[in-house]
Amino acid sequence: MSSFLKSTAALLLLSLVGMGLAQAQSTRFPGIGREATPKEVAAWDIDVRPDFKGLPVGSGSVVKGQDVWEAKCASCHGVFGESNEVFSPLVGGTTAKDIETGRVANLTRADFPGRTTMMKVATVSTLWDYINRAMPWNQPKSLTVEEVYSVTAYLLNLADVVPGNYVLSDKNIAEVQKRMPNRNGMTTKHAMWPGKEFAGLAKPDVVNVACMSNCATEPKVASLLPDHARNAHGNLADQNRGVGAQRGADTTRPEGKSTVVAQASPAEAAPRPSAGGGAPTALLQKHTCLACHGMDKKLIGPSFQEIAKKHPDKVDYLAAKVKNGGVGVWGQMPMPAQALPEADARTIAVWIAKGAAK
Amino acid sequence: MNQENIKQPGRVHKAPEHFLDRAGISQVRLEAKSGRRDFIRKAFATAAAAGASVPVAMAQGNPIPPEGGDPNILNLPEHTTGLGQGVATEGYGKPSKFESNIQRRQSPGLTQTTQASVSFAPLQSLFGIVTPNGLHFERHHQGWWDIDPSKHRLMINGMVKTPKVFTMDEIMRLPSVSRFHFIECGANTAVEWGNVAVPTVQYTHGMVSCSEFTGVPLITLLQLAGADLKKGKFVLAEGADGSSMTRTIPMSLITSGEVLVAFGQNGEMLRPENGYPLRLVVPGVQGVSWVKYLRRLEVGDMPWAAKDEAIHYIDLMPDGTHRQYANIQECKSVITTPSGGQVLLDKGFYNISGLAWSGRGKIRKVDVSVDGGRFWRQARLETPVLSKALTRFNIDWVWDGKPAIVQSRAVDDTGYVQPTYRQLRDVRSTRSIYHNNAIQSWLIAESGEVKNVQLS
Repeated sequence: MSSFLKSTAALLLLSLVGMGLAQAQSTRFPGIGREATPKEVAAWDIDVRPDFKGLPVGSGSVVKGQDVWEAKCASCHGVFGESNEVFSPLVGGTTAKDIETGRVANLTRADFPGRTTMMKVATVSTLWDYINRAMPWNQPKSLTVEEVYSVTAYLLNLADVVPGNYVLSDKNIAEVQKRMPNRNGMTTKHAMWPGKEFAGLAKPDVVNVACMSNCATEPKVASLLPDHARNAHGNLADQNRGVGAQRGADTTRPEGKSTVVAQASPAEAAPRPSAGGGAPTALLQKHTCLACHGMDKKLIGPSFQEIAKKHPDKVDYLAAKVKNGGVGVWGQMPMPAQALPEADARTIAVWIAKGAAK
Repeated sequence: MNQENIKQPGRVHKAPEHFLDRAGISQVRLEAKSGRRDFIRKAFATAAAAGASVPVAMAQGNPIPPEGGDPNILNLPEHTTGLGQGVATEGYGKPSKFESNIQRRQSPGLTQTTQASVSFAPLQSLFGIVTPNGLHFERHHQGWWDIDPSKHRLMINGMVKTPKVFTMDEIMRLPSVSRFHFIECGANTAVEWGNVAVPTVQYTHGMVSCSEFTGVPLITLLQLAGADLKKGKFVLAEGADGSSMTRTIPMSLITSGEVLVAFGQNGEMLRPENGYPLRLVVPGVQGVSWVKYLRRLEVGDMPWAAKDEAIHYIDLMPDGTHRQYANIQECKSVITTPSGGQVLLDKGFYNISGLAWSGRGKIRKVDVSVDGGRFWRQARLETPVLSKALTRFNIDWVWDGKPAIVQSRAVDDTGYVQPTYRQLRDVRSTRSIYHNNAIQSWLIAESGEVKNVQLS
């Protein structure tokens, strides 16, 4: 018996004798995987469950949360978490009564416009975990434990779940859970979980039968796109193949026979390669400028071409704005300060100052 | 061979340049070389431009021209009389330039950013059941990345005997399986809950795609770590990107062997937009659970209520409650041709074609109506018909030129029948965002134009 076989056999014997079944199976694949160190597990295992398993020891105040919020969160979510410009609003729509009952009454109203995060979320652990793992949006996982507690506390304060002088901590978060406005608003009574863990329903909630002839119909066309929306998704002729049983309708023209585009039109939809001296696209992407600024259309902030028109040749001013951000020049949505190298800020500023050509 | 060659075997005819001196030869060579290249290049460019600008004959009807035949037949084109291009002109081949309309697209106004957004697959232009990798729908929560696979790690921890770390090399050494499955975003068709909102099947249904995925059954990796399969009723899957997406997966689905840790997609590695180098495949379950850039799996005894299962991806019911952990994509189908935004070129024969799928198993049958749901005929299911995969259906139809409303209705092997909008809304109203699997109606107008409509 070779020494390799011997050691394999010994290993097999050892594992079969000494350990449980699951462990024994692992010898089927010798050499695959190794034990994770406690340090490695700690670096990645950041999740917080509804029973607060995984929540780090710590605390943070509403007051500190407001500072962090205004510096790092308000640019997307608005100063009071109310903004609908980038993402859905976080705060609003909940009442003192909801905090008592644990059910957000506005959710029953079909006419209530929109749903905020505070109207939906049942578990405060989810808020903490969300902010900790994914916020701020362009710099996730950059907040300290104290900052995460603080921002969570600030949000809870905006929704009147905790008072303005509150300090949220791992010690009192279970108490806060008892005041979450929609804490009783979730149900697993449905047949759409692929397991039996929640004792949901066995049968689907909506039932149809496969009638084949003389079936009851809904003969009236109740909804279709209005004429003015005909071209809202771009020319549909350019979104269909130029050969085959049918073509895309030319939605730049009114409906009719003339809307048939008969010939294949090659390569028209292909994007133009950016010419020399054009936009520093790589930099704009790298520093996530394009998340808020479009080339020629206003997004959250003004377009680069609008800025170019307002501030021609002002390289120094623009370079400073790129780095420091600001508010008021283009409206009340603040731009946060950006951490990018001076040289990159300057390249972008020079390009804008020269007219922000695509 | 001519007589002269036979008489003088091995004789080489001199090219003209052989009558010049050394300097003259190189001069002529240079000019001839560059001149000829330019000439050829220009000739090709002109030909290509002519090809593009000369209108192709109208496809409806195929009349015989007065000269007695189709010029496309009578005048042999350059591709019949010339030499084509060489091998490996493109190291990774691309679609024909005539196919450039076939693109995945954003729906205008749906999202304010491109990093927390979605692009839709062009279902109206696809055949069979496999979605080409470059046209697979995208959904990102915090932007996509192209991650170096040599630095990517997968960790398994929680209720296990030994927390483990795997490299990509190690995962790819394990026995793998390849299976076809659909992936559908829970919010596919979401904008249509209340009324018609978008014009084409790309925007109504384009958040579904189907691929052959290759990977290691997750149960294999859990066993390697000595997972507690009894008390560990749930597994948390977590991504390595900024959003670090987390989703709770039931252990019962994992022990069935269906859930894969996948690296392959349609014969190549996953595309970066789809989670390169590693993603979870959870057949039948909404796409958000198919965690991309998969970095960690944790075994636990209760669900996590993660951000994407406690704030997003919850379904609002008329009584004000939210359905949580509603994961299965129920049986659904849609006709892809003819479909919204298209124009039928003439009366006559058409092949109505579409896709059907169910998160609970195989498609048993698909029925098609061309009169708004009064009469239905059973469509042909094309092979393969696989569990939790797209299934292609076809049915013959002769259009008489009158207005028609075409619909498809799928039935899966549990007996579940795809519902109408009325049936769906009677139970769930119109505000649940997710899991809209209603029967889709397309109105074919007399003009031949096809429109997205809803009936009542």
